[in-house]
Amino acid sequence: MIWPLYDSGVASGLLAGFLFGFVLENAGFGSPRKLTGQFRLEDWSVFKVMFTAVIVAALLLWLSKQFGLMGAGSYYVPTPFYVAMAVGGLLIGAGFAIGGYCPGTSVTGLAGGRIDAIVFMVGMVLGTALFAAWFGPLEELYLATPGPQGQTLMDLAGIPEWLIILVLAAMAWGGFKLGSKLEQKMGGPYQASDLYPADNR
Amino acid sequence: MSPRPFWSPLWAGIALGLALFLTFVLTGHGLGSSGFFTRLTAEIGQWLAPELTAANRYLGDYVRGEPLQAWITWEVLGAFIGALVGAFSGRRFRPQVERGPSSGMGSRLVLALIGGILTGLGARLARGCTSGLGLSGGAALAVGGFVFLICFFAAGFLFSFIVRRYWQ
Repeated sequence: MIWPLYDSGVASGLLAGFLFGFVLENAGFGSPRKLTGQFRLEDWSVFKVMFTAVIVAALLLWLSKQFGLMGAGSYYVPTPFYVAMAVGGLLIGAGFAIGGYCPGTSVTGLAGGRIDAIVFMVGMVLGTALFAAWFGPLEELYLATPGPQGQTLMDLAGIPEWLIILVLAAMAWGGFKLGSKLEQKMGGPYQASDLYPADNR
Repeated sequence: MSPRPFWSPLWAGIALGLALFLTFVLTGHGLGSSGFFTRLTAEIGQWLAPELTAANRYLGDYVRGEPLQAWITWEVLGAFIGALVGAFSGRRFRPQVERGPSSGMGSRLVLALIGGILTGLGARLARGCTSGLGLSGGAALAVGGFVFLICFFAAGFLFSFIVRRYWQ
């Protein structure tokens, strides 16, 4: 069990973040038009990139445990608070469709020179302040319906981890097929050349 | 100068999955973003209204130490630098207010602000955002991550109908 290294230092943060931001930008995820294209069904990149990343990372985590490199329970699995996570997901989905970003992609958008991304960030700070100000009345919702600590899909479904990953991969494959078909029908996806005019000085 | 093309979603997804796995190996947890904005809010609260912030039951704990001294601050700074390198090397850096062709600058900025407020509220309620809970929780095969993702996509489709004329 040599992993995880539990390194929460500056270099670890900068390295993980650098790769995160570099990949997001190269996927086109700094552009709110491309990002929101997911919900107009024109551009399925958000679904494709996220689902692929989840499966690749889940597979590598599973393999690390199989080869004894990482212990079971050695990495963080969020405990579900079903209602709060559902309502929070709805709010962030709405915020994404309306504002064009989520927290991580707003950082990518700003790095690409977008003023609207700064405004989105100001909004996030205001939203966080509102949550803190309303924490009294919101606390009941925040703490409602907790699930088992670190509950995984394996705990929920009672089937082995490799089978969960296989099922997710099958769903992703179906999503890729469906998404590419719809993209073709809707005239998407957004290419870099659609979003960045070449004559910009 | 014309921009370089984006990576294909499959390769970008594989690269993101590798970066996410590396983060788990390094730290024992995944990537995140909204935690930084919580800490930033605590820091700003400390400048503007120190007593109110210290007395607040949610933000109070953050200002007992230095709110921004945390791994997530370095990670978000790294993400900014990484995206900057991506934008410049891909010839995609453009100072602009990005908006749909029929959307005015004012309405775009108002919608960006409203979207940000909803996102800030939602991320605190869910204890994470698309990266911290959706992506990282999803990779850990956490039930909470998938509850979040299903609701995120459902609301995205719903609200997209209402605002689609601003983007198209």
